[in-house]
Amino acid sequence: MHAPTAESLAERLLRADRAALARLISWAENGDARFSAALDRVYSRVGRAARTGFTGPPGAGKSTLVNEVAKAYRGRGATVGVLAVDPSSPFSGGALLGDRIRMEERTLDPGVFIRSMASRESHGGVAQATVDACDVMDAFGLAEILIETVGVGQAEYDVVAVADTVVVVLCPGAGDGIQAMKAGLLEVADVLVVNKSDLPGADRLARDLDEAVHVRFGREQAFPVPVVSLCASSGEGVAELLEAVDGHRAWLAARDLPAARLAKRAERVRKTVDAEVSLALWGRRGWGAFVAAELAAGLAPHRVARELGRRVSETLPPAPGAPESNFRGERA
Amino acid sequence: MSTRRIRVLIGKPGLDGHDRGAKIVATALRDAGMEVVYTGLHQTPEMIAEVAVQEDVDVVGLSILSGAHLSLFPRVRKELLARDMGHVVLTGGGIIPAEDVASLEQQGYAKLFGPGTRTEDIATWIQAEMQRRWSDEGAAR
Repeated sequence: MHAPTAESLAERLLRADRAALARLISWAENGDARFSAALDRVYSRVGRAARTGFTGPPGAGKSTLVNEVAKAYRGRGATVGVLAVDPSSPFSGGALLGDRIRMEERTLDPGVFIRSMASRESHGGVAQATVDACDVMDAFGLAEILIETVGVGQAEYDVVAVADTVVVVLCPGAGDGIQAMKAGLLEVADVLVVNKSDLPGADRLARDLDEAVHVRFGREQAFPVPVVSLCASSGEGVAELLEAVDGHRAWLAARDLPAARLAKRAERVRKTVDAEVSLALWGRRGWGAFVAAELAAGLAPHRVARELGRRVSETLPPAPGAPESNFRGERA
Repeated sequence: MSTRRIRVLIGKPGLDGHDRGAKIVATALRDAGMEVVYTGLHQTPEMIAEVAVQEDVDVVGLSILSGAHLSLFPRVRKELLARDMGHVVLTGGGIIPAEDVASLEQQGYAKLFGPGTRTEDIATWIQAEMQRRWSDEGAAR
């Protein structure tokens, strides 16, 4: 497969060519310019798949659970795509991608496609290219897309931007009830899983979580987060997890799933443009040197930022139809 | 923006439970900046080739300490070719007698690495090989 074009890969993707899917994901990861041309060609087929994210601390059993969930969806007759993200080394940039070890029963199933992704420069639990990879898997025709994040701490939740339903996987022995009351990861869960339910402390953890999610003030309109206890290594409780995920999907569908997805897509456009503008600003346009000089002259960082922000925003054209406003967002 | 990184699959085909070497090589390649997919023990040639497709790897490294290298290398190559993955560099190492190494290399398998090899040498060899191939392709693929 030597230097294919965006057109040829897009066309092969629609013929369900697995190597084409794999190569498109590589293009997304590498920031290859051909990726967006290929995605344009298949974008009308994006949006059919259900996307479920699995996140939680290292060792909570995410890979084992994703393997069981994939098996259960296969049992329902659905095709499954898995994106398993593992961390990149901040030193060498390399990565050891080992999530497939827990999923090897699925390797030869033609209804399953598994891809390991290194997190590369991202620190939010998924890779920058994860959404793009989901989109091409979706266009390829996989019905259930499971995204497994790197093992996360308390405040990495970029998976929310990628998945329709977020499953947070926890296990006993990692903290008391106060941990469950903290802000952060637990708040983004649509479904909470207590894995390793055969271990001591699992019942207590499930009770603490149940209390924590039901004592939330000012969120009466929110989805009532179910807490599911299961044992991924035996498969016990996985059927209940699927029901809980179904429940969240029905809840989303009864509200405005398209609007929720559009909001996530808009956020993605914003991030991409931010990155491009920032690259131009600090690189080509030379503002990095300006800032360094101002700081060296003894000016305070806030003052330099205010000055630069004003000058940059003055040059920004208003969007078509938007009212003119000044730098602070006030009407002129 | 990200750039292209070398993706390597380290696999252990067949009935051989000794994976320390494979893990050490996988770690060394990670430390050399590569993205290494490790598949674990007891993989069939079909599984290794299928993973190579899904992961779009540049290199497949087999670790074989069972003595079955003369049959496993050709079987993995056959499965790769059946999936249009002939462009992948197929290499490996393990307990392979010198005459078998010579024979396999003669059959067109990439350099094979035996006991006592420095991990840096494996990484350097892969990097040089990929650099050569990528400049042939004009970096686009």
